[in-house]
Amino acid sequence: MLRVAGLHAYYGQAHILSDVSLEGNAGEVVVLLGRNGAGKSTTLKSIIGLVRPAQGEITFEGRRIDGLSAHRIARLGLGYVPEERRIFTDLTVMENLEVGRQPSRAGAPAWSPDRLFRLFPNLGEMRNRPGGRMSGGEQQMLTIARTLMGNPRCILLDEPSEGLAPVIVEQMAATIRELKQEGLSVVLSEQNLHFAASVADRATIIEKGRIRYTGSMAELQANDAIRAQYLTV
Amino acid sequence: MSFSAIVIQFLNGLAGTSSLFLVAAGLSLIFGVSRIVNFAHGSFYMVGIYLAYSLIEYFGRGSALGFWGAILLAGLGVGLIGIVVELVLLRRIYQAPELFQLLATFGLVLVIKDVALWIWGAEELFGPRAPGLRGGIEIMGRTLPEYDAILIVIGPVILGLLWLLLTRTRWGTLVRAATQDREMVGALGVNQAWLFTSVFALGAFLAGLGGALQIPREPANLLLDVTVIGDAFVVVVVGGMGSIPGAFLAAFIISQIKAFCIGIGTVEVFGASFAMSKFTLVAEFVVMAIVLVVRPWGLLGRPQAMPRHAGAAEERISLASRPLSMAAFAVLAILIVLPATADTYTLVLLVDIFVFALFAASLHLMMGPGGMVSFGHAAYFGLGAYGAGLLLLKAGLPMELALALSPLVGALGALIFGWFVVRLSGVYLAMLTLAFAQITWASVYQWDEFTGGSNGIVGVWPAEWLTSKTVFYFMTLLLCGASLWLIRRIIHAPFGYTLRAGRDSPLRADSIGIDLRRHQWIAFTIVGAFAGLAGGIFAFSKGSISPEGLAIPRSVDGLVMVLLGGVQTLTGPVVGAAVFTWLQDEVARQTEYWRALLGLTIIGLVLAFPQGIVGFVKARLPARLGGGL
Repeated sequence: MLRVAGLHAYYGQAHILSDVSLEGNAGEVVVLLGRNGAGKSTTLKSIIGLVRPAQGEITFEGRRIDGLSAHRIARLGLGYVPEERRIFTDLTVMENLEVGRQPSRAGAPAWSPDRLFRLFPNLGEMRNRPGGRMSGGEQQMLTIARTLMGNPRCILLDEPSEGLAPVIVEQMAATIRELKQEGLSVVLSEQNLHFAASVADRATIIEKGRIRYTGSMAELQANDAIRAQYLTV
Repeated sequence: MSFSAIVIQFLNGLAGTSSLFLVAAGLSLIFGVSRIVNFAHGSFYMVGIYLAYSLIEYFGRGSALGFWGAILLAGLGVGLIGIVVELVLLRRIYQAPELFQLLATFGLVLVIKDVALWIWGAEELFGPRAPGLRGGIEIMGRTLPEYDAILIVIGPVILGLLWLLLTRTRWGTLVRAATQDREMVGALGVNQAWLFTSVFALGAFLAGLGGALQIPREPANLLLDVTVIGDAFVVVVVGGMGSIPGAFLAAFIISQIKAFCIGIGTVEVFGASFAMSKFTLVAEFVVMAIVLVVRPWGLLGRPQAMPRHAGAAEERISLASRPLSMAAFAVLAILIVLPATADTYTLVLLVDIFVFALFAASLHLMMGPGGMVSFGHAAYFGLGAYGAGLLLLKAGLPMELALALSPLVGALGALIFGWFVVRLSGVYLAMLTLAFAQITWASVYQWDEFTGGSNGIVGVWPAEWLTSKTVFYFMTLLLCGASLWLIRRIIHAPFGYTLRAGRDSPLRADSIGIDLRRHQWIAFTIVGAFAGLAGGIFAFSKGSISPEGLAIPRSVDGLVMVLLGGVQTLTGPVVGAAVFTWLQDEVARQTEYWRALLGLTIIGLVLAFPQGIVGFVKARLPARLGGGL
């Protein structure tokens, strides 16, 4: 479904990504694991078109998308949930959802505000509250709901568990499993191995902008050496 | 002032609110979504009033349908012009630095002015009064023109329509979202390009409509663009960037103050009579200065969060490479031997170039390493010029001493204004510098007894030994050359490093113990001194001073020079000043439409060299040669 091959990206002179490759199959949850500053966010931003990669090939459902502008990539059915959440703080919950709304597409679950409020009951109780007056957990729910309004076939989730209370992290894991049930493909970036293990089918480890490991989540769980080398602080 | 007079002035103020609000609302919308400070917005207003004039002439002056149809069509026509401008020009420069966008829209101001001159001529054009609304309404024994009553209604109606549009439609929701985070809106699948075009079209339409509605009240003339953009900036800043109700409130306050200043007439203060009507030119800028100091984000605006990533890192500034130093000495050598062969004309042009190189370099010190953009740099240039002139003529000082004191006059002005200015940052800082420049200009312009008012001062001639053009040339070369060298030293001194640290990360500079405001204040004062010296030399080279020397266009000239050369380069302002001064001189001699040519040149340069001329050269030279440019 989503294929990234030989990706290189720079911020000014700094070489951030070096030959990054990543693959996400239909209906699968793939996690990109790595420490702070390893290049996880840059990889996701390159895929959605917010960072222009210097080199490399990105295909989505067999179509080259590198070089396209972000809105065209989004319209192909690829959703992006940023790490900083980037809620429109002046807009209400309903208005935030409206910004994300796109026509429904074949082969993807179709979302409406009401359906999303069943998935995120908290949001349904604050439809007219401005985004700026919501808690971090509520904002995280809203940013995912907003992206789902675009009826994507695949979503990129950038560190969804970051800064959330443990009980909310549990909810988040349940939500991701539910989205997978709906037939959505998910690519997420994470530092939280425990959280990743509870949702992901496969894992890729990135360190200093290079891919160090790719395999199934179960294999990674069994491999203490790899985990110690790249993931523990 | 009687009660009925107060009421009628209040209604006058309300009538004035509408057009001002329309222009400012458009400017605010455009800034909110595209972050472009559209200098050409006053030009849209001007085109609106001219178009309305022509359309009314076409439909016939008597028909009410023709009149209102003409006004609406004029607005739509300007909206269409807005679309063309956005598609052809702005769309190519959204990625360019903010200041370049400003420069491009300023180029547009020049082009539109000359197109208007070509189509409608230089004479003021008086439109008809609105058919069917030529009478007046009796209010407590005084008359309010019927048309003003209509205007009083139109403003709030449009405010209501805009509010509905922004809060009740998908388009409005997208616009508000994009005002906050346009990149995210794009990542959610919204085509920003069309959103920008439509917002720009709406903004231009509102400006055009605002202009067209004024046709029965004021004549169409070619000066409207600059006065209106000044007013509109003030309203947007006072009301709060991006806030439509704020724009209405600010337009209301400023129109009221102006109406009452005119209404009150002359007042006696401590036995001296003071014409309040003179205060109108300054009033709005005083209001803006107060608002910016007390509530920098405007009356109904919201404080902007500091962005986490302030964008791409600035280009590094390094010491001059050996080839560059040699080139600099070569240029200096040529300039020293030049008077032996050059004619007077060339020498006078070169003196102008030296003066403006110093002026631009002082502005650059503030904008580049200092990170503070000034829209009102001409104030310090003008203070230096007037200071020198008045010290010579009124205080009877010898010319040499008057010239030597001109930097002090500029520095003193900068010291006082700077205390307020460094409390702000970004666009707000720039606006406050503009406010102070306008206040200075208006004071000079109206203080007939002391500054000569609009006539300026004549007879500011240099001392006997400097009357020869060649000697004056060498004096200018010496003073400007030494100043430029000093500015370069300041940039490479620890003081310059501190300024750059503060520019790149104010928080971090603060946390390592740098008193940033204090350093910025000192820099501002130093910059004022250099600009003052440039002004002093300029005054003596021309023999006269006029208020134009410190008006907005002079400040803009400085900006253009710095940006043309490249903001983050050291030689940029000098090259920019030379190219600009030469171009202006050259083009002005060739054609009546020199502004349009200059504007097109500026636009062309912005499109071709988004990093400035020197930045462009630097990017193409090996680092060994380009260092220190």
